[in-house]
Amino acid sequence: MKKIDYLLAGVGGQGTILASRILAHTGLELGYDVKTAEVHGMAQRGGSVESHVRWGKKVHSPLVEHGMADYLIGFEMVEAARWLTYLNNNSVTFINRFRIPPLLVTLGKARYPSEKEIENLLQSRGGKVKWVSADDMAKDAGNPAMAGVVLLGALSNLVGGGREIWLKVIKQLVPARFVEMNQKAFLAGRDAGPG
Amino acid sequence: MKELMTGNEALAYGAYLSGVRVGAGYPGTPGTQIMEKFASFPGVHAEWAPNEKVALDVGIGAAFAGTRALVSMKHVGLNVAADSLFYAVYTGLNAGLLIACADDPGMHSSQNEQDNRNYAKFARAPMLEPSDSEEAKQFAATALEMSETFDTPVIVRFVTRTSHSSSVVDVDPAAVPPPVKENKPYKREIGKFVMVPGNARRRHPVVEERIGKLREYAETTPLNRIEPGNDDWGIVASGAVYQYAREVFPEATFLRLGMVYPLPEKRIREFAGRVKKILVIEELDPFFEEQFRLLGIPVSGKDVFPIVGEFSPSLIRQAAIKAGILPAAVSGFSAAPASDIPIPVRPPILCPGCGHRGMFTVLKEAGVVVMGDIGCYTLGAASPLEALHFCGCMGASIGVAHGMDKGGIPDRLVAVIGDSTLFHSGLHPLINTLYNQGKTTTIIADNGTTSMTGHQHHPGTGYTLQKQPTVKVDLERMIRGIGFNKVDVCDPNKRDDFRKILEDHLKSDEASVIIARRPCALQSRERRTPPRIDPELCLNCGTCLDIGCPPLIQQEDCVSINEALCTGCGLCVQVCPSDAISQEEN
Repeated sequence: MKKIDYLLAGVGGQGTILASRILAHTGLELGYDVKTAEVHGMAQRGGSVESHVRWGKKVHSPLVEHGMADYLIGFEMVEAARWLTYLNNNSVTFINRFRIPPLLVTLGKARYPSEKEIENLLQSRGGKVKWVSADDMAKDAGNPAMAGVVLLGALSNLVGGGREIWLKVIKQLVPARFVEMNQKAFLAGRDAGPG
Repeated sequence: MKELMTGNEALAYGAYLSGVRVGAGYPGTPGTQIMEKFASFPGVHAEWAPNEKVALDVGIGAAFAGTRALVSMKHVGLNVAADSLFYAVYTGLNAGLLIACADDPGMHSSQNEQDNRNYAKFARAPMLEPSDSEEAKQFAATALEMSETFDTPVIVRFVTRTSHSSSVVDVDPAAVPPPVKENKPYKREIGKFVMVPGNARRRHPVVEERIGKLREYAETTPLNRIEPGNDDWGIVASGAVYQYAREVFPEATFLRLGMVYPLPEKRIREFAGRVKKILVIEELDPFFEEQFRLLGIPVSGKDVFPIVGEFSPSLIRQAAIKAGILPAAVSGFSAAPASDIPIPVRPPILCPGCGHRGMFTVLKEAGVVVMGDIGCYTLGAASPLEALHFCGCMGASIGVAHGMDKGGIPDRLVAVIGDSTLFHSGLHPLINTLYNQGKTTTIIADNGTTSMTGHQHHPGTGYTLQKQPTVKVDLERMIRGIGFNKVDVCDPNKRDDFRKILEDHLKSDEASVIIARRPCALQSRERRTPPRIDPELCLNCGTCLDIGCPPLIQQEDCVSINEALCTGCGLCVQVCPSDAISQEEN
């Protein structure tokens, strides 16, 4: 059983915690030992947030090591780029083609890097970068807040688990009235393929 | 059955299964969910106390009455509760008392990174430290048994990475707490429970004798263990750091300490005798290292690893490579390439529609010095508002403002404190300002909840932790009841109204209070139609951007509004100098 390390990066309020829970529970369903780590409190007020999720035969640390992430899931473009040091030349990054300009950018005091610059940066470690229009796809499924679930759908093609397992976990973890919508968002990401 | 739980949840679960029936705490990252989870179990009483000291007194009282109790707080909360911790160690209890306390190395959401292991030694209370969620569950049971065996409160220490990490916990769906028995009878024991000097003098030797017995216990408890491996290096670690170290040194011999105070001398000597060299890996203070050195055992520790900040497997590996303990080339790891593209930072900010924003824009324009406090409004210190000039700890704003006033500064001065923080530790300094003839204006930033930690109830919300309707303390009546005559209530996002009241209060020579009341935007979810910006009228002067509201974006020729983020609070409409921003009434 090979270990799989994930890093989920986004902006507080984007749903990284729900996505990391779905990923963790799916790992458990697939027979892995699982650990996660995240931060709450102040970081959630629109700041950068990251969640670590690790699958393995036996997982000790809940934190992923630098250079050891197998998958980086970027909920926002610049947030994906921020965690560059976790990548290696086998890593795959799923990145939401979506910008939330940090305050310094909206104030005109900092520049938001271009899509090309971010892609070059992420590829400078040798790994693959897969763009997903997750916000648009989530909007089509009913609510842009489900972008993270769309990204998980795209990721799910590469990390195992039939669609029934993922859909079951979503059903377990999402409030009943949002289940159908989230499953639709997940399948939109999954059917779009790994890119 | 296996279930994923955070350390916080697992400890609450373990405490519940061990028969704890009374819980009390105050929210604080990273420990908040301990009491939230405990409150969800059937047949328990759980409460948010106004502060950690009250919570601990409640837990001690429940244990005096013969019921097992759980008290939870973040690390700095134990500063507030310390007075009660120290007496409870002297008196002992009548049933188990577990104090769960969560440190925040790296200060993800705190004003300091104090190492609370020192409290165990300072107060002479035994301390356990789980390294994952399964242990958090098990240690809860052990802590309560220890508490009863040794007649002492027991502290279970978390850090962010054990509190807010999820891992697998063995869950028996059929498991239930032991049946509610009659409480162990409460006995009036003046010599044990009345800590006047004469009695306390007789209790102190009991405390020291107890620590001796706990040291014996530490020698045999399975919480501490030697994990045999390659004896070239013997690693000493506990908690989350143990798990990191296990990954970085998979072959080494370990002394894994689940009980961090008091330490087992014989086991330590046994460990020291079998390994060639000892490496103590501990976050923050050299707590173990100093005790090893006192035993005359040479170790490496803070000469290799930093005394500041949070650890991670990467940090441990890098430090060990630098010290020559690990070889430089480790497969899979490579240094980051230098990025020539600056990645803009993204610190936390006040939410769109937040009432604190209106308050700070007015305070900034008024040029007053603002003594702040702990809560979302601490974000008023950040750019571009930069309207807050002090934040120290819970409840410090009002006393510091009064002291500055008495010390004498030429600037006009206010204290700003949130509603939950006022209930926590703001009332005493407020009374002090009045009593000692101060003239400070205190602004209560009243958003009707404990927002930063996730919207917990408090005495002013009208509901208990377990969602029972209850008395809603009326802030205005309470403050008038203390004796304040000058009290006004205002929505701080109505800038003109708020400014008028502020100027009136600042001119006044008496101590006064402004209740700046606007429901938390994140909780109320109130939405109005977003304003529109007329590109013809917009001068792109940036005045509206200075309120630091995320939906406002500077474009080439004018400012635009991201309608998905905007709550329609209308604050930007009020600050635009060229009337370019307008909003429909609705």
